[in-house]
This record gives sequence, C-alpha cells and structure tokens, in this order.
Amino acid sequence: MSSFIQWIDERFPLTKVWNEHLAQYYAPKNFNFWYFFGSLAMLVLVNQIVTGVWLTMNYKPDANLAFASVEYIMRDVNWGWLVRYLHSTGASAFFIVIYLHMFRGLIYGSYRKPRELLWIIGVIIYLAMMATAFFGYLLPWGQMSYWGAQVIVNLFSAIPVIGDDLSVWIRGDYVISDATLNRFFAFHYLLPFILAALVFIHIVALHKVGSNNPDGIEIKKGPKGNRWSDTAPADGIPFHPYYTVKDIVGVAGFLIVFLGIVFFVPEMGGRFLEHPNFEPANPLKTPPHIAPVWYFTPFYAMLRAVPSFAGTQVWGVLVMGASIVILFFLPWLDKSPVKSIRYKGMISKVMITLFVIDFLVLGYLGMLPATPGRTLVAQIGTVFYFLFFLAMPIYSKIEKTKPVPERVTQ
Amino acid sequence: MSAQGVDLKKRRMLITATAGVGAVGVGFALVPFISYWQPSARAKALGAPEEADISKLEEGALLRVKWRGKVCWIVNRSEQMLKDLKENTDHLLDPDSEAPQQPDYCKNWHRSIKPKYWVAVGICTHLGCSPTYRPDVAPADLGPEWKGGFFCPCHGSKFDLAGRVFKGVPAPKNLVVPPHKYLSDTRILIGEDAGGAA
Repeated sequence: MSSFIQWIDERFPLTKVWNEHLAQYYAPKNFNFWYFFGSLAMLVLVNQIVTGVWLTMNYKPDANLAFASVEYIMRDVNWGWLVRYLHSTGASAFFIVIYLHMFRGLIYGSYRKPRELLWIIGVIIYLAMMATAFFGYLLPWGQMSYWGAQVIVNLFSAIPVIGDDLSVWIRGDYVISDATLNRFFAFHYLLPFILAALVFIHIVALHKVGSNNPDGIEIKKGPKGNRWSDTAPADGIPFHPYYTVKDIVGVAGFLIVFLGIVFFVPEMGGRFLEHPNFEPANPLKTPPHIAPVWYFTPFYAMLRAVPSFAGTQVWGVLVMGASIVILFFLPWLDKSPVKSIRYKGMISKVMITLFVIDFLVLGYLGMLPATPGRTLVAQIGTVFYFLFFLAMPIYSKIEKTKPVPERVTQ
Repeated sequence: MSAQGVDLKKRRMLITATAGVGAVGVGFALVPFISYWQPSARAKALGAPEEADISKLEEGALLRVKWRGKVCWIVNRSEQMLKDLKENTDHLLDPDSEAPQQPDYCKNWHRSIKPKYWVAVGICTHLGCSPTYRPDVAPADLGPEWKGGFFCPCHGSKFDLAGRVFKGVPAPKNLVVPPHKYLSDTRILIGEDAGGAA
C-alpha cells in the first residue's frame, strides 16, 4: 500500500494535500454546535446535485410536458417520489443550513480581518444559491412556478430605459414561456457546478487564514506546540480525525430531522412546496395570492414594503438588491475591538437578537397577502434591517466590551 | 536572448495592441451568444394580431383573449359604469392618461375607441400579475367607495374600469391598452391598428 501511495505522491501531491487540509490542518479546539453547518451545507449540496442529476433522467424541460413529467416521476418511476422529495426538501434544508451558517459567522465575527474575503466568497455562494433555487422553481411548471418567475423577471423591467428589453431578453419571449423554461433548466443544471467550484474556493480561503472560533481568538497568534507538532498552534487540533468525527455526529442528527421531513411532511404545509404548484401553469389566470418560497420571503417583504413614486417602482427593487449587497460590506462595518459576541457589549447583543427577530418577522410577512397594517410592519422591519448594518460602525465602537482571554475557553 | 537588446517600449505597444484586438474579437464573439437569448423568429411570429368576436359579450361581462401569450381583456361597460368613470376620478393617479400606456386614439376618459368596449392587456403594471375583475359595487373587502374595477391579488394594486391606477398602490402606471381596431361592429383585431401591426 505504502509503495502505491509513494508511486502516486511522485506524480500527484496526494499525501501533501491530505496533510495540509485534513490530518495536519489545525482547527481551534473549542468549536461548538454552530460549527456543524459548514459541513452540513456541503452534504446538502451533494444531495442536491445527485438527486438533481437523477431527476433530469426523467424530467422534460418543455412547457407542454414538464408538469406531467414531474407527476410521472412522483407516481410511476421507481423511488421517484423519494428522489424528488429529497431534492425539493433539500432546497429548503440548504437555505436553513446556510442561514444558520451565516448566523454563526455573524455572532462570532468570522467576517472580521483576516477573513473578509472568506466572507465575501460566502456571500457570492449565497447569491449563486438563490439564483439556482429561483431557476429550479420554474421547472415543475406549476401555477406558482409560472407566476413567481413572472413577478421576479418583471423586477428587471422596473429598471428605467432598458428594463422592458432586458426582461424580454431574459425570458426569450414576451411572457414566461417554453423558451424561458428551457433556458432556466440549462442554468439550473449549470449553476450547481459553479456553486461547487465556489465552495472549493471558499475552503481554500478558509485554510489560508484558518478557522475562527467561538471566542474570536486567533490561535495562530497564540502559543505554539501541541501533542502532534511543536510548531502548530497550542489551541489547535487536527481536523482529521477530531472534527471529521464530530461532523459525522452532526450529519447523523441532521439526517434524522431531514429524512423525517422528507418522509412525513415533504410539503411542510405548503411552505416547501406551495399548494398552487400542484396546478399546471396557466398564463391566463393568476393565483389569488402569490408568494415566493419561504427562503426568499424576507427580501420579498422588503420589496413590497417600498411604495412606487416618481412614476416608477424601481425603488423597491433597489432596496431588495441593497439588502443583499450590504452583506458584502459587513467586514468593514463592524468596528468592535473584539470579534465574538461573547466579549461584545450589550448593544451588539440586543441588535443581533432584534435582527434575527426582524428577519423572521419579514419572512413571515412575505408569505402573507399585503394589508396596510402588515405593510407598515414590513416598512419598520426594512428600516431596522438596514439600521442593523448602517449603525454598526457606531454601536460596535462605543459599547463597552469585555476583555478577551489569551487562550480559547473550554 | 539577452535583456539588452529588448525594446521595452515596442514590447509594451505590442502587448497593448494584442490585448486590444483580442478584446474586440471577444466582443464580436459574444454577439451570437447574447443575441441567442432574444425571442426567436417563431416567438415573434406568434406575436401576430389576434381577432376577437364580441357579439356575445353581455353588458358588464369580460372576455379574455390571448395575444402574444399575454391575457387581453375586452369589457362591455354599462351606462352606469361609464358615468362613474367620467365623474369619479379624484382617487386616480393619472386620470387623463398622460403616461403613454395607450395608443393616441385611446387617450380619452374612457381609454378606448368606442366608450362601451374597453380593450386592455390584463397584466398589472407593477410586477406582471393578472388583476381580478371586480365589477361588483362596494364589496366588503374593497370598501364602500369601490365602483367596480380591477384588483391585483399579488400586491393589492387597484384600477378602475378603464384600467386607470389608484393613488397609493404599488402599481405606478395605468394598465396598457394595446393597439387594436374594429374589423366590424362585433369583431376586434388586437395587435394591429390603422397604423399597421404593433
């Protein structure tokens, strides 16, 4: 065996890569629950790619055939229901896992220097995920697929001057049609591979700067020397086997919940698969209430909260775009002398708590039909969403922080 | 080659020229890939004018016709409806149809060729949903001031029976009136007018 490995190593840096990224990659020893979600996100991505490729073996990207082909997969193909539910539930699971992964970064300051680029690559991954999910949602060609795509593509027509031509160019027709379905399918198949490449870049960047930890302490700047190496950080342990084993526990826990949903509540009461989508797309009839799938609803609520004025409704679109773009600037908005929420002051703790509540409230409002009262709440929620970020340079600087220990805590 | 004989200025010029010509080439190569996304010849052909027969359209009723894959409405408006359109305009954003959302021959208080029949594209100017036809007067959900009109279920935009948008709703403009003409008293051609095809 060792001579075979040696033969490989002379031609490909197998042992070198294994050691650098697993066996001799030293991660902080104080990772907690929140550090499960990076590896879980990769697991879900693999699930989406595998089940997605299997689905394409029976799916027909044709406006006349698409809806029936999905029902065919559900009813006639062996285990088709399982593969399809793994894929549709996997989409929601992907966003749950990623939102928790982003929340981890937010509370422990994992976006702070030297991890700014790591965070930015992560936000790009999030954008690519949203695009993939959006393209994928048109494919079953149900009523919500159709009208959801109609609303989102029309966001582009709100752009002054070029808007109308741009939306025709995106659709390839004057309305959402077979041409749109076909190209969305092409992108839905392409983007996951770009996503996988971005995840690779994300991990390369992570291994360059090293993992943050719940204390927000740079273990590379601390004392050296541990059981395995005299030069490795004293507070680091090898990723493999210590964190690979820990992540397997996370995978087991995740699969219990995930498969429970796949088996017993795959539609999640209309949250994961919306009820109007069990009716084929009908360009002549809009469903009484259109809402995106839950993972987009916080942004949809912000879009709806902004009224049109000066003869254009581009403002809502701009606010929605800004709500994502502002994430790119987070590393430079946080001026706190400490990284982790553990040592930040009361204002930061209150703001992050309110931000999470705000995001959930906006998400809830985005699922419901708009009323004047709800629109007002969404407007307040939108203002707070931006206040959380834009006021951060002030409140993160003026608040009293706790002293950060020299070494990571247990 | 020794470094001494190198003409750095000429080398820079050559690099710039090569990169510049290469960029132009990439630009040309992009044209087919971008243009590929435009509506195909078939999609354009399907945008041909659509004929509608209104002989069986009762007063107060709405007829749906498909033109360019979009839903178009033809509404037969009653005397009372027309009276409300003319007199009840305070709550409208653009009561005189100043924005070019209709052909010039429909820029009037009834937004149509004949006051009675109104033709429109049934797609909300906000984000493209199809508003619901609500001819009922003063229903519980739309309030006592409602004289009949269109209500968009997606984001709550309201329009009157000439497709004029209300103030304070998400939709910024009146509904679009497509070019159309009468082939006879009971037949309307949508998508083409005296000036030719749209």
